[in-house]
Amino acid sequence: MIQKRSFPFGTFILSLLVVLGLGVIIYRYIYGLGAISNLSDGRAWGLWISFDLYCGVALAAGGFTLAGAVYIFKLEKYHSVVRPAVLTAFLGYTLVILALLVDLGQPWYIWHIIINWNIHSPLFEVGMCVMTYTVVLALEFSPAVFERLKWNVPLRIIRTIQIPLVIAGVVLSTLHQSSLGSMLLMMPETLHSLWYTPILPILFLTSAIAVGPAMVIFESTLSTRVFGHKLDIEVLSGLARIIPYILGIYLLLKIFELTAVGELGLIFTAYPQNLLWWAEIIIGVISPIILFSVSEIRENRNAVFWTSVLVIGGLVLNRFNVSLLALGMRPGYVYFPHWMEFAISAGLVADALLVIWLAHRFLPIAQPEQTAEVKV
Amino acid sequence: MTVAVLYDANKCIGCRGCQVACKQWNENDEFIPTEENGVKSKNTGSYENPPHLSARTWTKIRFTELEYNGGFHWVFTKLQCMHCEHPACVAACPVGALQKTPEGPVIYDDNKCFGCRYCMVACPFGIPTFEWDSPLPWIRKCTFCADRLGAGLEPACVQTCPTNALKLGEREELIAEARKRINASPDKYVNHIYGENEVGGTSWLYLSPVPFELLGLPALGSEPVTLDAERAMGAVPPVLMGVAAAMSGVYWLMKRRDRVNRDKSKKKEEVTK
Repeated sequence: MIQKRSFPFGTFILSLLVVLGLGVIIYRYIYGLGAISNLSDGRAWGLWISFDLYCGVALAAGGFTLAGAVYIFKLEKYHSVVRPAVLTAFLGYTLVILALLVDLGQPWYIWHIIINWNIHSPLFEVGMCVMTYTVVLALEFSPAVFERLKWNVPLRIIRTIQIPLVIAGVVLSTLHQSSLGSMLLMMPETLHSLWYTPILPILFLTSAIAVGPAMVIFESTLSTRVFGHKLDIEVLSGLARIIPYILGIYLLLKIFELTAVGELGLIFTAYPQNLLWWAEIIIGVISPIILFSVSEIRENRNAVFWTSVLVIGGLVLNRFNVSLLALGMRPGYVYFPHWMEFAISAGLVADALLVIWLAHRFLPIAQPEQTAEVKV
Repeated sequence: MTVAVLYDANKCIGCRGCQVACKQWNENDEFIPTEENGVKSKNTGSYENPPHLSARTWTKIRFTELEYNGGFHWVFTKLQCMHCEHPACVAACPVGALQKTPEGPVIYDDNKCFGCRYCMVACPFGIPTFEWDSPLPWIRKCTFCADRLGAGLEPACVQTCPTNALKLGEREELIAEARKRINASPDKYVNHIYGENEVGGTSWLYLSPVPFELLGLPALGSEPVTLDAERAMGAVPPVLMGVAAAMSGVYWLMKRRDRVNRDKSKKKEEVTK
């Protein structure tokens, strides 16, 4: 299983990014957030919340959508991609937690959320979901580690609670994905009307479900290129076929909501915000709906990959719109992320990529269970 | 009964005594720009100073020069926490570090906070501030001098105001008084008590000779900003139970389908035998 390979150039760059990010994080703990960020009283949440939290959680949606599809809806065809999807989700959530450890003013008090509950706060729900779902994801992924170490007892225990785990994962993800939308419900006066709606939690959940399969296509295509184990085109086109339906529901919800409150006209009049809205809808919703409906495109690996990149790009833009670009600032302030803010986010992503690289080298990721089941 | 403060921009002379009193009482006086403190004021092109509320400045007077109704106005606006009746910061805080006391003040507890800054993002007035330059940062904002109120004293800013532009009292009584002032000289005041209905009402009430939007105070509806979030959070338990039940149901159905299919194919095999 383990091939001897030289230390690739890519991993060297990633390691550099990790070291740089680590340095900035140490600097941050000594001198405070003001020293490494352009955050201010006017813009208290910036790049880390938009990218690491909002995008990180949404892009981890491949974990619960695929685990649910395979273990609950019994779509066995996708079995081979569950494990990489769960690994990416787990790393995504770890990244979220690490980013929060940087972003929180006093992260060493993060446990306060366990003893001081404000059940009316959407962020309390977010915090609870991050903690519990990360544990669930770790457990869901743990068989890969146990198989490698040939620890049969814990492996058997995890197998027996696998279905409850998957159900817990789906429940927690449903709550968590939507709660990131609920968080914005506190800002009816500051979030632009093109995006603010009481159904934001539902929109967040729907778009996360749509991006889940797209992320799986994205990752597995990339890991095909890097690690070489080729994925069946049937799996890719199957995933691609589902996406237009979910995006279609998402688009209808958005349009209906704007029509219902009589604000549909804003998509033409609310310059310049409407450009962001159109970009998000055209890139991430309308184009993929059209492209993924064409069977020639679904049969072509490259086309499937690039169309799923569109879905992901649209979602990232959406999360940046609602949490940064279309969210009003206090007057008299400007915000553009400091280079050290970028360095931290880049470092964390590099962390995750390195772990994925190591996992693919040392753990049974691509061909799960078949061999191990025989052993058990 | 809740306490409130009525601020009358027509009585304010922009002396900023309230700013200084606030810093002195709340132990931010080392940040008052004086030579001994080594803190320098910058020329920002206005008497207004400092430019923003901050973790060291919990209240300040905003200076606005404007034309309104064919006349020139120089209007002062006191900025500080509005102490909402339905505070977004209190609903937002995941650890309950911010609380609305029954007496009126919205107070903050260092011992619970972990610095997530959701309160800052949620506040419709843009009030809470953060100690950005400290490695051990907390949220800071006007406390309504809850400690002084508890001891039967007026807030520091109210006590120091030389022109009675600030008046402490019971909220309903102050609203009645504000209305009386408007009616007594309708040419001097716009017919609007800012804070009476904004976001469900606030404990700080404003009177002004010009519309409040022109003073940079946000134009807000009368619904509490917390309503939609409250509804969404109320839906959490049913959604949790519902999704769990639905997923278990689907799993059971799919398992049954598989078993039935297997049985069928077995029977077929037997028949063909």
